[in-house]
Amino acid sequence: MAIIDPEINFAEMPVDFVNSNRSKTIEKLIIIVMIMCSLIAVLVTIGIVASLIFEAINFFQRIPFLDFVTGVKWSPQTALRVDQVAAEGAFGVVPLFTGTLLISAIAMLVATPLGLASAVYLAEYAERRTRDWIKPMLEILAGIPTVVYGFFAALTVAPFIRWTGGSMGLEVASESALAAGLVMGVMIIPLISSLSDDVINAVPQALRDASLGLGATHAETIRKVILPAAIPGIAGSLLLAASRAIGETMIVVMAAGLAANLTANPLESVTTITAQIVALLTGDQEFDSAKTLSAFALGLLLFAATLCLNYASLRIVKKYREQYD
Amino acid sequence: MANTPIITARDVDVHYGDKQALNKIALDIPKNKVTSLIGPSGCGKTTFLRCINRMNDLVPIARVNGEIKIVGQDIYAPEVDVVALRAQVGMVFQKPNPFPKSIFDNVAYGPRIHGLTKNKAEMQELVEWSLKKAGLWNEVKDRLEQPGTGLSGGQQQRLCIARTIAVKPKVVLMDEPCSALDPIATAIIEELIDELRQNFTIVIVTHSMQQAARVSQRTAFFHLGTLVETGPTKKIFTSPEDERTQNYITGRIG
Amino acid sequence: MTDTSYTTQNSLDDLTKGQKHLKRRHSSEARFKWTGRIAIFFSLGFLALMIGSIFLDGKGAISATKVAIKVNLGSDFVDPFDIAGASFGKIVKDGMKDMFPEVKKRKERKALYGLLSSDAQYQVENAVRKDPSLLGGLATIWVSASDDVDLLMKGIINRELPENERRMSDQQIAWVDSFIREGKLDRVFNTAFFTNGASQEPELAGILSALMGSIFSLVICFVLSFPIGIMAAIYLEEFAPKNKFSDFIEININNLAAVPSIVFGLLGLSIFLNTFGLPRSAPLVGGMVLSLMTLPTIIIASRASLRAVPPSIREAALGMGASSVQSTFHHVAPLALPGMFTGAIVGMARALGDTAPLLMIGMVAFVVDVPKGFLDTATALPVQIFLWADSPERAFLEKTSAAIIVLLIFLIIMNIAAIILRKKFELRF
Repeated sequence: MAIIDPEINFAEMPVDFVNSNRSKTIEKLIIIVMIMCSLIAVLVTIGIVASLIFEAINFFQRIPFLDFVTGVKWSPQTALRVDQVAAEGAFGVVPLFTGTLLISAIAMLVATPLGLASAVYLAEYAERRTRDWIKPMLEILAGIPTVVYGFFAALTVAPFIRWTGGSMGLEVASESALAAGLVMGVMIIPLISSLSDDVINAVPQALRDASLGLGATHAETIRKVILPAAIPGIAGSLLLAASRAIGETMIVVMAAGLAANLTANPLESVTTITAQIVALLTGDQEFDSAKTLSAFALGLLLFAATLCLNYASLRIVKKYREQYD
Repeated sequence: MANTPIITARDVDVHYGDKQALNKIALDIPKNKVTSLIGPSGCGKTTFLRCINRMNDLVPIARVNGEIKIVGQDIYAPEVDVVALRAQVGMVFQKPNPFPKSIFDNVAYGPRIHGLTKNKAEMQELVEWSLKKAGLWNEVKDRLEQPGTGLSGGQQQRLCIARTIAVKPKVVLMDEPCSALDPIATAIIEELIDELRQNFTIVIVTHSMQQAARVSQRTAFFHLGTLVETGPTKKIFTSPEDERTQNYITGRIG
Repeated sequence: MTDTSYTTQNSLDDLTKGQKHLKRRHSSEARFKWTGRIAIFFSLGFLALMIGSIFLDGKGAISATKVAIKVNLGSDFVDPFDIAGASFGKIVKDGMKDMFPEVKKRKERKALYGLLSSDAQYQVENAVRKDPSLLGGLATIWVSASDDVDLLMKGIINRELPENERRMSDQQIAWVDSFIREGKLDRVFNTAFFTNGASQEPELAGILSALMGSIFSLVICFVLSFPIGIMAAIYLEEFAPKNKFSDFIEININNLAAVPSIVFGLLGLSIFLNTFGLPRSAPLVGGMVLSLMTLPTIIIASRASLRAVPPSIREAALGMGASSVQSTFHHVAPLALPGMFTGAIVGMARALGDTAPLLMIGMVAFVVDVPKGFLDTATALPVQIFLWADSPERAFLEKTSAAIIVLLIFLIIMNIAAIILRKKFELRF
């Protein structure tokens, strides 16, 4: 009955190193399932690229690629009747480009100084306790849905800017690029401040000690030693933030316009690639018209742009890490 | 017959990438005795220990050459399932590492996955026996459901010993099992080791010569990746043959 | 030979220069510190301003205005055995006419009826169905007032303004005042907001259909992305050999995490709707698109939790003769699970607020009926906010802000849950 004989000497028991109790087939199966799950990520990327390229090619069969990329007029229309002649509309993407760049530039102009200054303060000056609750509060900015930002931008910020501009004698559109860019900038502040904060903290203490030991003030150490050392990491965070700004949809849909306007004036109304994608695809659409397909061409453009920015960001941050590891 | 070796190692070389950690080790480990591996840090004694249960397989850059046989079977043969090997060659680690489960589950885990018991009653018997053999039963018998991580350092290590022997191994490998413990806990475990050799073969790596002298019957001295000398413990510590051994035990190197 | 030695006077000069310079450097430092403080202050101030203004705009939505009307439910007008056959619209209008007999002109009468919600007749009908004892004579029934009356009561329609600058005429305001004097106007909890679907009328608009649509989508999102995500993370972290292929997978995942959400919407549109022919506007498709977006987040967070499990646990398990699979699934993964759940909650929170991909797959319809299944036409809460934000009617401002408050409350709850989970299971190894 007893499973253990107290006198037994295990050292003398026979050995078997070949058979074990587990089910090798079930384990192999589990591993196969896991591999398939890992491949899904690759599948999704392939799916995105394939679907975008497929529809975009479809599009470029109707609208020449060169016209698309260099055209300065954007007014997408579909033929109402088969024989309608001048109905293809203009599909020049340049005004969308400039609109996207204008708004993103404004956003970066807002976010970079605010984000960096916050990061420097949090990393170098703030006490532990202050940092412990300010950092999460800044993160909240990143967690608020963009539709809320868009609502606030359209309802409060844009009219405010219009009113301010009006009282200064300037002509401001009701959906100005400035309003959308400003709000978008605030939204991406945490991206820059969090990443830069990490990067600044990662600069080795040895560098700080060397500078302070020479009699430099804290601020001088930051400006002349720490920030220059952290530049690659900060640059990486800026690229990531720019990528986010370019891909942002709701703020621009709600607060920027849908009028393709080729301008560099932030007080005017411009439209972006993302806003146009939404405009083209909401509402009734047949899947084959040039109008609907142009949305996919735009999507491909957007994907390629953000891919490049993300990749560049990764490379820079990687090179920076090699410096200090 | 009392001294038939249960483990025989021949020509064992270990490389970590380009660095050679062990050089042509030949060693016999006798049955039902405690064999201690001693030597200064970095001499390769832990590396050799981990060859015996093939834990070095987990290190991607490690390459093991040579032959190690346990009860006449080459453990590096292609048909050997390393999982089965480790069930029969147990290991107690330097820092106690009980699972964050209950004391009972810690001991029951091994027998469960190896299918050693048929029902709950058998499992309870096995757990009780293991804990008794590890000298921990009286201290924990009333709180078997409490987490193993809540015990003191010495108790945790005895728990690790209990779960190792619950699997009924032939050999128990111990990698500096007392180095993280206080002297009292150490003494308890040394006593335990002496009792355990009645049922198991034990190989222990230790950096304390005094411990080796107290606990083992055979000692092997490693230095810079080579096995310098091996023999009965008493002889190694009173009249070693090699000068390097002499230097180590007198403290001139180490 | 000129005297080029460093004299005491030189040294004194340097000292004073140094001191003046030092003062400048210190004040420059103080300015530098202040820039940081100002930056943080501005960012948090913007946040407070935004949330504060939305809260102020939306808090009124918690109350709705109801008025009591006296209607004649006698047998001439309502047949007790055929309630549906009665013309409740006329009953309501007659009731109002009787309450204000001095109102004769057609235009004035129209203004009078405009004080009630267009839903009033259905509310009377429902009241009658629930309580047939009301039939047979005069009855006083509480119905919803129109959105203008509601705005007036909340002070948004300004009585002080001259008549042609506001939405309600003096006459209408006088009628409302008479309702108030007679105790026939009441402000009650706005249950309609939480139980109704979308509506053209602001006073009837509710978030329930959008909320259910969001919930259904998130359920699908979790069911798809969590298991796949943790299995992928476990494989990549515990089993995959470190080679070019696993590097490639990791690059893919990191990249997907940074792709704009609208691109996932395009993927959903072209593959799920077009190629697979799944129904537009269904939470199933919405959930599928959201799960693709959430998958990289879950994988990355799960890998981090797995890495946090100390290697000694794995060693202990393997040393006892457990296989890698057993060691991982019996010991390592259970310890990492709380961290994985935290990552999932964070991912879900992001998915809850994301609008763009849902717009692409058509979850942007005007949905009145509350969806009951994963294939019913639905919309989502952030999309509803987007649609209402576009509405020109003033009363929708309050509803939109209130919907945003509801959305933010859900996000706060989810994030607090994630924090609690993380703190509770922070094991001490």
